[in-house]
Amino acid sequence: MKNCEYQQIDPRALPTPTPTPPPHLGHDSDKTEEPKRRPRRKWQVFPGNNRFYCDGRIIMARQSGVLPLTLGLILITSVLFFIFDCPFLVKHLTSCIPVIGGGLFVFVVITLLQTSLTDPGILPRATPDEAADIEKQINNPGNTGYRPPPRTKEIIINQQMVKLKYCFTCKMFRPPRTSHCSLCDNCVERFDHHCPWVGNCVGKRNYRFFYAFIVSLSFLTAFIFGCVTTHLALRAQGGKGLVFALQESPGSAVELVICFFAVWSILGLSGFHTYLVASNLTTNEDIKGSWSGKSEEHVTNPYSHKNIFINCCSVLCGPMPPSLIDRRGLLPADESVQTAGVDIVLPTLATKNVCTQGTKGLLESATIPPLLSTSCPQGKPPSAHTCPDSGPAVNSDPSPELPTSCGARHTASSHGDNSPPRHAKTRSKKSKRAALHIPNPSFEVPVSPTSPDAGPSSKRRGHEGASFASLH
Amino acid sequence: MAETHSLQDMRQQAAVAAKVFIQRDYTNGTVCHFQTKFPSELESRIDKQQFEETVRTLNNLYAEAEKLGSQSYIEGCLACLTAYIIFLCMETHYEKVLKKIAKYIQEQNDKIYTPRGLLLTDPIERGLRVIEVTVFEERSLTR
Repeated sequence: MKNCEYQQIDPRALPTPTPTPPPHLGHDSDKTEEPKRRPRRKWQVFPGNNRFYCDGRIIMARQSGVLPLTLGLILITSVLFFIFDCPFLVKHLTSCIPVIGGGLFVFVVITLLQTSLTDPGILPRATPDEAADIEKQINNPGNTGYRPPPRTKEIIINQQMVKLKYCFTCKMFRPPRTSHCSLCDNCVERFDHHCPWVGNCVGKRNYRFFYAFIVSLSFLTAFIFGCVTTHLALRAQGGKGLVFALQESPGSAVELVICFFAVWSILGLSGFHTYLVASNLTTNEDIKGSWSGKSEEHVTNPYSHKNIFINCCSVLCGPMPPSLIDRRGLLPADESVQTAGVDIVLPTLATKNVCTQGTKGLLESATIPPLLSTSCPQGKPPSAHTCPDSGPAVNSDPSPELPTSCGARHTASSHGDNSPPRHAKTRSKKSKRAALHIPNPSFEVPVSPTSPDAGPSSKRRGHEGASFASLH
Repeated sequence: MAETHSLQDMRQQAAVAAKVFIQRDYTNGTVCHFQTKFPSELESRIDKQQFEETVRTLNNLYAEAEKLGSQSYIEGCLACLTAYIIFLCMETHYEKVLKKIAKYIQEQNDKIYTPRGLLLTDPIERGLRVIEVTVFEERSLTR
């Protein structure tokens, strides 16, 4: 049954979409040859909710959130700064200003792109053998059609009791500090939060990029704000007034507004994350209060090195862990060949499995990409996949979440959204910004190069990845 | 290479009797460290000491990859100054150690595990979650 994952019909093998099985008989021989000649890469069968570009080199979350807005705001503000403020300030002050501004701008954009386009530390899902082994260990007598009770494992880390939860989607016990992102449908190591501004999860691998981004952005906004204020003050000198200055330099007015609102929240966010880095905490842990010592026992953070300097170094300058999902690896040839051969038999096998295995079959079928589900008369609509596993469905209207802070965006399934007052600043700022644009992060951005039918209903990765590959 | 050819042959010809998974040990935090407890399914196939030695060496290699030392700090600071672009150009220390680990596992398979009808899978292929030991059926040993 798990073979279904690799048995999706290669879209490049089919010149025209053929939804019914009988026509496949004629193309059978073509398909057995096609996969051999063009072995597929692992990103094309990746089960998470991600988009891949450049043949798997670049990874993004399926919903890019408001990343275009973030980029747009930074670009507009910086361009206006160089056009309206720099010439005046170079003449009256120093020519270092555009140099510093330019350097900060480049640094901000690079770190932003690195945060958005890097694998945050996604854990690949357990193989069928692993999942079966874990099931055996848990010794569950068997599912008869209802969801089994949540499974947890308790371990001791540095004299602290830590509970490891079982992830029903990824079929494994989550390592400590790992959380399942309901938006991306992946378990992410050292999960911090899913950031809509950046359009990606922030986890172990891209936290340092994210931190560099927000710190450099706070320097950039503060710098631009300072320069614009100086510029307007210099222009308004000699009794001419602020209105006169604004009329002379209208771009500065726009910059002033943007920077005024941005600088407080970004500075606040940088300060908050500096605190997290110094105490080796994640936003997720901070919100849940995992190590705040609310209970009667003495609870401390078991991952902290008890030294601010060492904590900072280990989080920001530690060794860069590799990506575990091997996006560009080739799928084993025997599995791709097997797909074509077993194609005809597949529908009956799959239906049988779904009927007899109940929940287990439902969970396993959750990893089948929509291509397969459309061709295979299982009749399982893609939206049904996400419901049993990740609590509130991945696609269930995330728009109410947008006004809340970045940090509260993590798995809403298992925990309440009890954000601490710290996030009130960011929350109010984001709600202001939310009012400026469509407050629905599932809004498909026009810049997306994927196929037009990639609406909210067909959220599975394989479809878009494969169709993008066909465009290559 | 003749050795890998015979490995692949074995994989294709031999039937898999069982798969044993060595899970991660998180008592020291999130560092990559595998449990050294000897699984009972392998008792008939391999010497306990030898197996534990393999796992211990792997643990040491992973510890070396994740070590917080002056080298990793210098690498991290340099990367930060260049807006992390050097990660795109250079091979990181972690990646270098992963190559060493892959070579070590290949070597162990060739020398110790394949003759006993076992096969170690590099943990990186399983997302650093488990060390997968494939146990082949006894009849594959008659060559």
